[in-house]
Amino acid sequence: MTATSLARACALAAAFTLSLASGAAAGEYNLTVDRVTLDTGDFTRSAIGYNGSTTPTVLRFKEGEEVTINVTNNLDEDTSVHWHGLILPYQQDGVPGMSFDGIKPGETFTYRFPIVQSGTYWFHSHSGFQEPDGAYGAIVIEPEGREPFRFDREYVVQLADAHPHSGHRIMRNLKLMPDYYNRQQRTLLDFLSDSRDRGLAAALDDRGAWGDMRMMPTDVEDLQGFTPLINGKGPRQNWTGLFEPGERIRLRFINSSAMTYFDIRIPGLEMTVVQADGNNVQPVPVDEFRIAVAETYDVIVRPTEDRAYTIFAESMGRTAFARGTLAPREGMEAEVPDLREPPLLTMADMGMAHGDHGSMDHGAMAEGAMDHRSMGHGAGQPTHTMPDGSVMQGMNHGTMDHGTMNHSAMGHGSMSQDAMQMAATDPFYAPGSGLTPQAADGGKFLSYADLKAQKPLYEHRDATREIELRLTGNMERYIWSINGVKYADAEPIRLQYGERVRFKFVNETMMTHPMHLHGMWSILDVGQGKWNPVKHVVSVSPGTTVFMETEVDAPGVWAFHCHLSYHMDAGMFRKVIVEGGPAGKSADLPATPRQSIGG
Amino acid sequence: MRRHIFIAAALAPVLVWTGPATAEPMIYGLQVEQAERRFDDGSDLYAWDFDALAGTDELKLVWRSEAEYLTQSSRFETLENQLRLQMPISTFFDAAVGVRLDTPAGEDRAYGVIGVKGLAPQWFELDADLYVGETSFLRVEAEYEGLITNRIILTPSLELDTPLGDDEALGVGAFAPTLEVGARLSYDLLDRAVAPYIGVHYERRFGETADLARAEGEQRDNLYFVVGTKMLF
Repeated sequence: MTATSLARACALAAAFTLSLASGAAAGEYNLTVDRVTLDTGDFTRSAIGYNGSTTPTVLRFKEGEEVTINVTNNLDEDTSVHWHGLILPYQQDGVPGMSFDGIKPGETFTYRFPIVQSGTYWFHSHSGFQEPDGAYGAIVIEPEGREPFRFDREYVVQLADAHPHSGHRIMRNLKLMPDYYNRQQRTLLDFLSDSRDRGLAAALDDRGAWGDMRMMPTDVEDLQGFTPLINGKGPRQNWTGLFEPGERIRLRFINSSAMTYFDIRIPGLEMTVVQADGNNVQPVPVDEFRIAVAETYDVIVRPTEDRAYTIFAESMGRTAFARGTLAPREGMEAEVPDLREPPLLTMADMGMAHGDHGSMDHGAMAEGAMDHRSMGHGAGQPTHTMPDGSVMQGMNHGTMDHGTMNHSAMGHGSMSQDAMQMAATDPFYAPGSGLTPQAADGGKFLSYADLKAQKPLYEHRDATREIELRLTGNMERYIWSINGVKYADAEPIRLQYGERVRFKFVNETMMTHPMHLHGMWSILDVGQGKWNPVKHVVSVSPGTTVFMETEVDAPGVWAFHCHLSYHMDAGMFRKVIVEGGPAGKSADLPATPRQSIGG
Repeated sequence: MRRHIFIAAALAPVLVWTGPATAEPMIYGLQVEQAERRFDDGSDLYAWDFDALAGTDELKLVWRSEAEYLTQSSRFETLENQLRLQMPISTFFDAAVGVRLDTPAGEDRAYGVIGVKGLAPQWFELDADLYVGETSFLRVEAEYEGLITNRIILTPSLELDTPLGDDEALGVGAFAPTLEVGARLSYDLLDRAVAPYIGVHYERRFGETADLARAEGEQRDNLYFVVGTKMLF
């Protein structure tokens, strides 16, 4: 054996030993947090970006890999990186004041954790308002085994709602005047047109009912005036993904907005939803879907024609849209649809669905505040209290197989009125809600009820206890809370390792809240038992009650909050402490954890 | 001297109050309801009415100022400054306590203030304050923002100031109120930060208060055309 070959053998042996020691391939990644200038095509402002860019950084990991991520803070304030949806040791979760102390200016912090999952996720700062200011990126994790679906190419489609105002300024303005950014309020002109359409008495009653509550039927988007971005580009800048006709394209949609839900469609293309929040689901063909803040959806499209297609994402309040293009060649464009009419909340969104009739004026409701057309009488969870107080038996969506119902192939012209109504209902909205989405072309709109896990992550079992979390708020003061208590005044939620906890969310506000539990999976109850989808964000619509279950398998201190940035900061936030755990796995919990979100 | 004691008393709770434990923001801002010139033949004046505030959800310190400055005689007809501590008492209402110092041309006055402020059903902004001093006053203000469009806003307002005793130096009689009503048509020029307006402002004195004004050679009522701007920072 020559000297060189001996050296080579030694090196190989050393490398082998190292790889055995780490147990898996190890990848090292570098991330810098920088001040950047964002140009949305509508406005330019100072923002925050990773690796010096306003184009979101995409981190690509492989399941089973042990990652090392060096995060260098080039800001003049503390920062942090939270790995949204990743299952990891709590010290690596990146929430200042809970997981760690944050990353000081000039400091490089090294995250180290094993990648135990695959799919589409994202990362963002958990400090102050850095995330709305641009501190977000994408995570794509390749599975160890093969994917259960086929695709020829893939794109990350990361949505955001860039605002000309800084996050701090927005929060301050909302505190001074909660409707500061609502430019879709009901006006005298609306009143005149309502009186013309429905009669003066009905219009007055409607105004009176809302005025009595000091609430607004237009309170769908707290924050308007933003420019939606796709991968850092505004609608005019038109992010474009190339394809060859006939290819199957996987689009990894991530909603990294501070405050904005989007309804997404690609006119001319059917989308097959294959993954939600990083977990594979049984494929659902849809024409349109709503993506809550912080959710991710992977869809597969197959354009066969040699033409451009518009990715059109309207904000839920219809105040703005994100737009991108799929095209065979650079520079091609397709028609961009118009924004639809802004929705109006109804009395159903005020909590009628759980029989809270105390403050409601039924006369006014019957006169027109309620949209009876969109109130599908077969909708919803097993029973519903109707406006007149009667309880009706609803249909069991569990047995209704939306997956096999091909709405797009159905002749809508010949569709009966009943069928149309059925298509318009969704058990995850209060019956009669003004927010119930409908596909723009009358086709299939994805519902949570359509999501079924491809492969259950956990053995199905009954929950060991239930925790009720009422989502509450005071819109006039812009205070958001859980069970009427905002974070600053709240005790942590204590869970025991090994429990299976059932969370009951009762939304008592008029706004939709995307609830996000760190560190553990949220199994959304859609009535499918062990096939219930596994998520990291559960969106709860106004006037509804939604259940999710969690296998408490991660010791430590975790954040649990509404992912709307300004709701989170205004108090819709809880600390979750998971106590106990097997030897060697239980967390070394700080004795008196600090009450701080950080930032 | 007395006024310094008042200020110290109002500030004491603020000095011992420690900051919030979370990232929730310190709330601060300047809300100018009126900053205007009022035009009337021969007796034009400048007027302002603002709240500058700082604090948290639970406790705010507010500096409220109202003034009327006569252009012709170059003097303040009214100049009121209040320091108030404001805290929530219900979903839509705050209570306020504080002090008020009036330093217009003429007699200075100091009052203790207790009041409520909030949003009544049907979106009426209400302010009701009891001013306790040598002569006490009850003041009720109401305002409504009528949206003609989402940027053009008509704001009718009403203020009723009722003295609870006779005070010749101030020219008021017991339970003889002064009424101010106005309507201002504004346009949100820069977000909600700057909203210029035009409008009308009408003042009328009743009973003994009106008689005392007349004796001073003033009119019982005045109607002004106003030009000004609302501000929010």
